[in-house]
Amino acid sequence: MAKITLAELRHAYEPNPGSEADWALKSLDVIWDDGGAYALLGPSGCGKTTLLNIVSGLLRPTQGRVLFDDRDVTDLPPDQRHIAQVFQFPVIYDTMTVHDNLAFPLRNRGVDEARVKARVREIADMLELTDMLGRRARGLTADGKQKISLGRGLVREDVNIVMFDEPLTVIDPHLKWQLRSKLKELHHRVGLTMVYVTHDQTEALTFADKVMVMNEGQTVQIGTPVDLFECPQHTFVGHFIGSPGMNVLPCALDGGRAVVDGHAVPIANPMEAAEGRLEVGVRPEFIAFADPASSEGVPVEVIKVSDAGRYRVVDTRLNGHVIKVLAGEDVAIPADGARLAFDPAKTRLYADGWLVGQGGAA
Amino acid sequence: MNKTVNHKAWFLVLPVLVLVAFNAFIPLMTVVNYSVQETFGDNTFFWAGLIWFEDVLHSERFHAALVRQLTFTFTILAIEVPLGVIIALAMPRRGFWVPVCLVTMALPLLIPWNVVGAIWNIFALPDIGLLGQMLNGLGFDYNFTRQPGAAWATLIAMDVWHWTSLVVLLAYAGLVSIPDAFYQAAKIDGASAWAIFRHIQLPKMKRVLTIAVLLRFMDSFNIYTEPFVLTGGGPGNSTTLLSIDLVKVALGQFDLGPAAAMSLIYFLIILALSWIFYTLMMRDEEQ
Repeated sequence: MAKITLAELRHAYEPNPGSEADWALKSLDVIWDDGGAYALLGPSGCGKTTLLNIVSGLLRPTQGRVLFDDRDVTDLPPDQRHIAQVFQFPVIYDTMTVHDNLAFPLRNRGVDEARVKARVREIADMLELTDMLGRRARGLTADGKQKISLGRGLVREDVNIVMFDEPLTVIDPHLKWQLRSKLKELHHRVGLTMVYVTHDQTEALTFADKVMVMNEGQTVQIGTPVDLFECPQHTFVGHFIGSPGMNVLPCALDGGRAVVDGHAVPIANPMEAAEGRLEVGVRPEFIAFADPASSEGVPVEVIKVSDAGRYRVVDTRLNGHVIKVLAGEDVAIPADGARLAFDPAKTRLYADGWLVGQGGAA
Repeated sequence: MNKTVNHKAWFLVLPVLVLVAFNAFIPLMTVVNYSVQETFGDNTFFWAGLIWFEDVLHSERFHAALVRQLTFTFTILAIEVPLGVIIALAMPRRGFWVPVCLVTMALPLLIPWNVVGAIWNIFALPDIGLLGQMLNGLGFDYNFTRQPGAAWATLIAMDVWHWTSLVVLLAYAGLVSIPDAFYQAAKIDGASAWAIFRHIQLPKMKRVLTIAVLLRFMDSFNIYTEPFVLTGGGPGNSTTLLSIDLVKVALGQFDLGPAAAMSLIYFLIILALSWIFYTLMMRDEEQ
């Protein structure tokens, strides 16, 4: 078990990176606490897998250091880092039995056979693989194979960190949920540092205590699922997490208030002035319909209502900008002259995509 | 789902059946026909029963050719398969050199078989050939036209040169189909190079290697052109393989009956050995 420190990591796949776009990872400083459950969330190609491979030692970073506790492991090969990694597609040794698969990492390290047997039994019990120990690994279902991959990681007693690289991609939907709960349960039981890479927000938010959102090779925000939802540090986080994502509207500043299309909008992080492209961001959950008779809020035109079961998603239009609103089943949606009231505590100002000031901290 | 039963579809298969009948089944049946008859020319035939089969099976000449054939086939398999796998393992998986290696490997396979025989014949001639002169220059007494040992060595070298590429290409195809994650997982699991070969690469290559062994077995058991051009079966009978012997009996001596019986025995041996090979190599797959 270990605390993982990534210090000023940069990585480029080309030998001579020129422009900023050549870097798959752009300056990353992260600390993963011992025993934490972390998720790396981001769209495909954002550098998640690159980062994972650097931690596991499959890639050597172009710049920066990787520390396990206080030991610099940047130059150590994967087998000396004592890590476990579960890949997107299940990796099993076809010709071996489930038992031999689980025993493989121990036997490679010359652990004595009695100890191997005991460990394999223990891990198999934990992963509910005991009944299958004598079977050939090849015939198993995808979720069984993923459990073996995980088991091969856990079977070693000196594991520093367990990493998952989109491990549920090939699992049937109804088993995904089961396996995810199993992982969560395992984390509580073994207390290992775990990092889970995914582009699926549900997976990330349910697995992790802390989620690290990445985009274009950099960290955009690290926080608890609640932080990410209620107080996105970047419009990308607002947009990427939540369904539907955060509304982002261009605005101007006037005397500390945001002005959207001529309508004043109260915000949680008022500013006298700010540099860059200014936008307000507000989640559909934090918008309500105001009294049509009053002069409060922003006048909009309702263009579409989609029923999502327990709530409805209302698409409204404000002079060319679409604003999505979540409305409960019992909320009346005015046909004409609808006005939207943004929750002032949850509406924030962003400059060039980044949250302005500290006023928005939840 | 309801299947439509329509037997008219069989008419569409008919042309293929006719074609196969004319180019395989009917010629084979004429061989069967010859194998149970005796002729004294004049196109008159007499029933001979199984006498030719008995003759062939008890003939020392046939036994010797069969032993030579088996020796040849198993020697080249024992060399070409491991060598092909080793070369495939050494080939780059990506980058500029991949197409260069693949084309270089494919070259021997593109050369017509009688040309391969001719190339090696000239190459190995002790007086003017590059190989022959060099070996003699180095002090070896090498003359494949006179020494059975030298003839065998040259024959095997020629086959290895010609056909190892086939094994390489098939094994390489098996290797590149292994996802990177397997190597990465093996690295994390602390697997040695031998363990990676034994538990990842070899199992993943198994199917293509089975095909490679079968193809090489059948082809080498049938081989005719190359040894015919290189040594003509000599010196003496030392490199007279089954097919060369068969042609001598059938066309040299014009003994149609014994030649036909020999052909059928030859055919059944290949069929039986191929079946045994395949069954043994695929036995694990069933589990």
